[in-house]
Amino acid sequence: MKKTIITVVGKDTVGIIAKVCTYLAENKINILDISQTIVSDFFNMMMVVDTNASVKTHGKMADEMDALGKEIGVIIKCQKEEIFDMMHRI
Amino acid sequence: MINLYEVVETNNMIEKENLDVRTITLGISLLDCIDENLERLNEKIYTKIYEAAKDLVKTGEEISREFGIPIVNKRISVTPIALVGGAACKTVEDFASIAKTLDKVAHEVGVNFIGGYSALVSKGMTKADELLIRSIPLALSSTERVCSSVNLGSTRTGINMDAVRLMGEMIKQTAEYTKEDDSLGCAKLVVFCNAPDDNPFMAGAFHGVTEADKIINVGVSGPGVVKTALEKVRGESFEVLCETIKKTAFKVTRVGQLVAKEASKMLGVPFGIVDLSLAPTPAIGDSVADILCEIGLEYAGAPGTTAALALLNDQVKKGGVMASSYVGGLSGAFIPVSEDQGMIDAVMAGALTLEKLEAMTCVCSVGLDMIAIPGDTKSTTISGIIADEMAIGMVNQKTTAVRIIPVIGKGVGEKVEFGGLLGYAPIMPVNSFSCDAFVNRPGRIPAPIHSFKN
Repeated sequence: MKKTIITVVGKDTVGIIAKVCTYLAENKINILDISQTIVSDFFNMMMVVDTNASVKTHGKMADEMDALGKEIGVIIKCQKEEIFDMMHRI
Repeated sequence: MINLYEVVETNNMIEKENLDVRTITLGISLLDCIDENLERLNEKIYTKIYEAAKDLVKTGEEISREFGIPIVNKRISVTPIALVGGAACKTVEDFASIAKTLDKVAHEVGVNFIGGYSALVSKGMTKADELLIRSIPLALSSTERVCSSVNLGSTRTGINMDAVRLMGEMIKQTAEYTKEDDSLGCAKLVVFCNAPDDNPFMAGAFHGVTEADKIINVGVSGPGVVKTALEKVRGESFEVLCETIKKTAFKVTRVGQLVAKEASKMLGVPFGIVDLSLAPTPAIGDSVADILCEIGLEYAGAPGTTAALALLNDQVKKGGVMASSYVGGLSGAFIPVSEDQGMIDAVMAGALTLEKLEAMTCVCSVGLDMIAIPGDTKSTTISGIIADEMAIGMVNQKTTAVRIIPVIGKGVGEKVEFGGLLGYAPIMPVNSFSCDAFVNRPGRIPAPIHSFKN
């Protein structure tokens, strides 16, 4: 399974998750896990998604997510899971 | 599964603390390009490098996007040109033509530096070696991206003082040839003792003759990450301090390992080593000197600096070694002056002198690096500084280097701006007493007694 971590950071507003999830559904990307917190008005979300069936390449998805983030006014990053695994798991 | 806290920690390192992969360096052997016809040699070199490296920059950018980590530089190192050009080059101009070929192909494939305009002369010089060394001023002044290095000594062979003397002259001449640009040529020229074959960092990168045809070496960095981690343990014991550096170095190096493996897979080139160095940049918060201050010094250069640096260097290695399957290169803490805002501040405040820097090089990763000195410094004095640094490397069985810039037309107190990653530097005073008679002795300094480990 190819896993990607999507992080969303920014000022909390209505519909952030909805918009991100809509994009993922349209591109056949399955959500495996979501966790989020709000620290002093700042929205902080992490999603683990499965991109095996995705219709887009990682680069394309990263670019489009970035654009979507700008539209909503948050920062969205897509990173392959390995960078976190390497850093935090021996 | 990875949790939110861990993801946030990694991304904070990247976004706020300047964690990056400093360089992916593709090492390319040029031994199979050797030809006695200069034109054919240049053509073969161009073709081989172009074919091997045409996807390097693109691959680097792709990896950078996949993992969301900046890969600052993509570079190339090649077999020391003195070996490659020996058969074809009869004049300094002949050698300089190879430098131009390297520069051209570097522009073509989009790398920002190409290293390997080098000679290995730790015991003696061949005719080709000497010719290459004499061509360095011309080569560096007529190219933009070529870096040059010369290995002048080793623990096993001693120090080649004839070459040390010659390099003093060549550094001075390179400064003269590039005086319009504040003697920038010297920023791309480094001399070594015990030079490693697989160093991915410029200006000293070259592809050693013991290496495979092609190899990927990666240099990681992250002084800001270490500094931020240390902010949380102010006033704690040395044990806590060391543990914190070690853990942070581990995390930083893991990223390098991941990027190296990925690059190797994508380019179809074997993975060589990860160089786990703390390499500063002029950016605020990306400074090794700041780490020393965080450890407890008012400025880098204050009493205690050498001990703090020794501790830092050792813990970086201890943490990094476990994080990567193959560690090599120079691995440790770099202390270039012009590339580190904290070091610049220390020089300006009068806390850091050339002599203290020399002491620091005994315990850190490389040597006297990116130090601007007055343009009227004699070449024999430069050779004397080089000889001192080589001796430290030879006796302590470590790599040492000198990258020093006599800035023509400028004196102590003035500033020089190199631009970009090379930064800016205040010109430091040099001990003005003569070492002419010492440097002018012909021959070499014999290998030290502990080279006889047979």
